[in-house]
Amino acid sequence: MKLDLQRARKRFEALVEQARQRWQQLDGEQAISVWVGSATCGLAAGAREVEQALREAMEQHQVPGQVMRTGCLGHCYAEPMVLVRRPGFPSLVYHHLNPALAQALVKNFLASGEDPLLEYLLGAAEPNDMFPRLEDLPRFGQETRWLLGRAGRHDPDDIFQALALGAYQGLLRALEAGPQAIIDTIEQAGLRGLGGAGFPTARKWRLCRDNPRQPHLLVCNADEGDPGAYMDRTLLESDPHAVLEGMIIAALATGAEHGYVYVRAEYPLAVERLQRAVQQARQQELLGDVLGSGFSFDVEIVRGAGAFVCGEETAMMESLEGRRGMPRVRPPYPVEWGLHGLPTVIDNVKTLANTGRIMDRGAEEFRKLGIGEGNGTALFALAGKVANAGLVEVPMGSTLRQVIFDICGGIQEGRQFKAVQIGGPSGGCLPESLLDTPVDFDKLRQAGAMMGSGGMVVLDEQNCMVETARFFLEFTQAESCGKCTFCRIGTRHMLDILERIVRGEGVLEDLDRLERLAVDIQQGSLCNLGRTAPNPVLSALRYFREEFIEHIEQKKCRAGVCNELTAYYILPEKCARGCDACVGSCPVEAIFTSPKRRIKVIDQSLCTKCDSCRQACPEEYDAVVKISPLSELPKSEPPPERKTADQEPSS
Amino acid sequence: MEDSAAIEAFIDEYLESGGRERNLVCALLAVQEKFGYLPPVGMEKLAGEFKLSPANVYGVATFYNQFRFKPPGRHNIHVCMGTACHIKQASKILDHFERRLEIKVGEVTPDGEYGLERVACVGCCTLAPVAVIDGEVVGKMSTSKIDGLMLRHQMERERENGAGKEAATARDDGEARE
Repeated sequence: MKLDLQRARKRFEALVEQARQRWQQLDGEQAISVWVGSATCGLAAGAREVEQALREAMEQHQVPGQVMRTGCLGHCYAEPMVLVRRPGFPSLVYHHLNPALAQALVKNFLASGEDPLLEYLLGAAEPNDMFPRLEDLPRFGQETRWLLGRAGRHDPDDIFQALALGAYQGLLRALEAGPQAIIDTIEQAGLRGLGGAGFPTARKWRLCRDNPRQPHLLVCNADEGDPGAYMDRTLLESDPHAVLEGMIIAALATGAEHGYVYVRAEYPLAVERLQRAVQQARQQELLGDVLGSGFSFDVEIVRGAGAFVCGEETAMMESLEGRRGMPRVRPPYPVEWGLHGLPTVIDNVKTLANTGRIMDRGAEEFRKLGIGEGNGTALFALAGKVANAGLVEVPMGSTLRQVIFDICGGIQEGRQFKAVQIGGPSGGCLPESLLDTPVDFDKLRQAGAMMGSGGMVVLDEQNCMVETARFFLEFTQAESCGKCTFCRIGTRHMLDILERIVRGEGVLEDLDRLERLAVDIQQGSLCNLGRTAPNPVLSALRYFREEFIEHIEQKKCRAGVCNELTAYYILPEKCARGCDACVGSCPVEAIFTSPKRRIKVIDQSLCTKCDSCRQACPEEYDAVVKISPLSELPKSEPPPERKTADQEPSS
Repeated sequence: MEDSAAIEAFIDEYLESGGRERNLVCALLAVQEKFGYLPPVGMEKLAGEFKLSPANVYGVATFYNQFRFKPPGRHNIHVCMGTACHIKQASKILDHFERRLEIKVGEVTPDGEYGLERVACVGCCTLAPVAVIDGEVVGKMSTSKIDGLMLRHQMERERENGAGKEAATARDDGEARE
């Protein structure tokens, strides 16, 4: 097919020019603009209220300027975040704002330029000699913002802002280069599927391209089902055009006429922004007859309905065809026999978002980003007990220690690191001794974890490894589609065993049984849900076996998480006596004041172990503790109404 | 209960306006979005339209976690049970909701006011533990925050019911305390 490149180039240049002019108005020398981080985490932290307060205050103080919504900078721990541009100052980023602070910011800084609210300033985005720079913070300076380059710096609902910051440049290069050259460039870049498996993208594309059966289809896998991961959500909410651009390039390379984005129903905001992006891209002729070049491609957004297994490519195709999302046997692979029996390429959100940039800046640029054998960047969603949680983008091949400690500031409240869970229900828990493992596909697999989609949940000493393993098995067991016997029944058996162990009813032979079952499930399952389901248990057994043994032999949960093995106890020597915080917090009225010593006592027969009293106890007393095993629980006075003569406490 | 004519009319309209090109799951999602759950009449109607047996449609609907087969509450609470929430004691949040509402997860209170469900992960892991209340993500949940939210809802309800000035002041107090 001969493309009308001249027309495409002209059309694109006109678009970019229009975008540049609009951006100039926003970002010009004299313009004041305020950008509120409004991705899901920002909104949940109160961004909407902050935005409202900013608008009201700017009107009240007659500040000329605009309040805009933007995506996520990745610093979820600091939300709500706001970026402020005011003439005479560098762009300033504020953290942890609330409506009152937002009003103060407008009144004292935007209106008069007097007080830039230094206490809530994270840093300045550009070099200057007044304010500390963001780049000097490890959370910015040590990151490589490639995929996140535009995230949090423009309004994702405005295609012109994305264009002004370089979106769709790669598409133009791709149109000029043609399918073969696109695939060659992607191959030189060494891009691998970032959904978890790491299959070379160029090889997949070529296989599809070479398939003579027509038409070809493209699916963007945005079914980020892994609990604890949110990279795809953030990308879709913050820079949807990067994903669309990637899809158009992939379509051009593979000869696909129609594309689908299969996105989780649990991400309503991502769906909304993506829909708007598609609409705007159609209006500007980036979808449809692409830039008038004669190459035609359109995208349809399909919402998932809440099934983890649909993230598996063959299950996703079943679901897209309107059936139960049960995986098919591979081969034939989707590039041979995919959606509706047609050759289909399925790529993850991050993989596609990379292609636009690779086409724009070249394969070499992408390769250079990685360390060692890794190419490009790795995008991780950090959560759990880590201090500065959020989205982190680092060169592929950085070590876990760099990500967790150097960039994200280690563990909250100075507690002890215990493990990091990578790859969700398919991955594993790695201990401190493996923190120097580089993050790339192969090294992580060797360590017993998996790159997976990129979720990283950090655990500290207050987390129980046995219970965490049980949690993942509970998840995969519930999400097993039921097609393969070993996955369906095997995970059930493993879960039963783990539930016995956390109740303190396990026996040592159970550990061997778990390992045997794990092998059977790995070998007897069709898809990766089953094949990787035992990973969290196996890695926990490999690195934290002593905790399993403690649960079995001593009935002890050292983290105090397993309810059946743990009791709450109020230390008499620490209890303030006069204070009633715990009594008031208890939802089941299990705490009473001992008539004799006036201390607070927990009635163990009523306690539901809800943790309310421990949270309510003022820090200066810190009298509520968890005790495990139960045999170490000191004898307490019985509650007054049940006290009889023969139960008189011996104290 | 919705009346079946309205359900069938909605499905007809949905299919006419492009729904026929899309798949069964999309149609089920559309019905649920409109009525809050999947009424049996709707599933039977869709079975006819898609030339499937009702059992087949029910099989598809029960496969996916999103679908509900009973009407939801007026207020719906989804407690996130993702990994990050789990390690920050989401199960205790769920327990507390169950205790406060006196229902089990998956149920609706007898007065139809509250529905309680679990969700696999809403991707808001840095604010764990998280609950989604009537579509709004609420981060950093705690048992005392639940009590505060419930109190606020209760006060709002009383005010709506015309309980007058007293309830309104009490509500303000409730908010101030949060």
